[in-house]
Amino acid sequence: MNGIHDMGGMHGFGPIEPEPDEPVFHHRWEERAFALVRAMGAFGRWNIDASRYQRELIPAADQLRMSYYERWLAGLSGLLVRHGFVTEAELASGKALPGAAPGHVALPAADVPAFIARGAPASRAATRPPRWRAGQRVRARNLNPAGHTRLPRYVRGRRGTVDRIHGVFVFPDTHAHFRGEAPQPLYSVRFEARELWGDEAAAADAVYVDLWEDYLDAE
Amino acid sequence: MTTSDSDDDHDHRIPSDPALRVMALESLLVEKGLIDPAALDALVDAYEHRIGPHNGARVVARAWTDPEYKQRLLADATAAIAELGYGGLQGEHVVAVENTPAVHNLVVCTLCSCYPYPLLGLPPVWYKSAAYRSRAVIDPRGVLREFGLDVAAETRISVWDSTAEVRYLVLPQRPNGTHDMTEEQLAALVTRDAMIGVGVAHAPTSAGRR
Repeated sequence: MNGIHDMGGMHGFGPIEPEPDEPVFHHRWEERAFALVRAMGAFGRWNIDASRYQRELIPAADQLRMSYYERWLAGLSGLLVRHGFVTEAELASGKALPGAAPGHVALPAADVPAFIARGAPASRAATRPPRWRAGQRVRARNLNPAGHTRLPRYVRGRRGTVDRIHGVFVFPDTHAHFRGEAPQPLYSVRFEARELWGDEAAAADAVYVDLWEDYLDAE
Repeated sequence: MTTSDSDDDHDHRIPSDPALRVMALESLLVEKGLIDPAALDALVDAYEHRIGPHNGARVVARAWTDPEYKQRLLADATAAIAELGYGGLQGEHVVAVENTPAVHNLVVCTLCSCYPYPLLGLPPVWYKSAAYRSRAVIDPRGVLREFGLDVAAETRISVWDSTAEVRYLVLPQRPNGTHDMTEEQLAALVTRDAMIGVGVAHAPTSAGRR
């Protein structure tokens, strides 16, 4: 979707404000929000693409107003309701209604190190050769899907060069919507800064963007 | 807890007091048997105490001292960091990019907040901010100047936008005057910011870690 989350190249967000000796979390509630998202994700009922899409659905003005972990919390709440872990009424009251969610086993503390070590690899076995080789010229397609995509607006329609092939990866545009993994080759594509931003950009600078095969056309 | 901020659209939930909302959500999920609070403690503890930039610094110091390791790191970083015991959540697929006098690398995620957890821990607030995500790709030199880094005009800047499940680690240049230092001493010179590309490794006289 052409959402506010797709920020590359925008102006108007002010200076960057690094915080010296920044703590890992600023509040205890941020710790709990982070851990709840990870622990509920361990059930495998959704995936990272669906999780990102849920946060993209937060109205644009709210996304800008909310802090990072507030967005995580809103996204998690939406996923919990959508996937039947809790009801809207339970979320509103904070109390479990009778007859709730039997058969789920909570992630045990003892399993946390293995859960972190395992992660969730997104690469898949190749079933066909990639369409392009490193060094070939490509053009990012001008796609504007209403659903989830990882094709940033600032490269759409722009010409680049395949820098390397990462392998075959799960396709976010279908995966986020539970329409299958549709694995396909993933490329690192190099875009010259001037191709993206015009002649004011430094001539030798470049941006590398990871793009799936369905995002690309031959140039 | 208050219910005044609930409405019909469950995507439109702004916690008026997120601390209360999270506490209520946690107790609801515990009551339903979906969450073991000790697992939450373990997750938080892992990222507060075990997983952080000291991991990435160890990888960089190894690459500075062992040319064969450096080659493996640049060819297949996922396998190379696994040699040191790193990998997993948000570091399942890793690519290392090397800074040289000719090229300076900078990592961003313009679409969300992708970051190599196993090597750097959780991202700082500025990395997740709209200001950094919007400007890193269009004005990398301006961004670097804000971090106090003036990159020479003849040095090319390569920005890596983490749009997929590949996470990027910048291999900073080894500072001058460090030829007699041990791997452990070198690791202490490697900052988180240097491994994102918004900083450089400390000179040996100002050793310390951010």
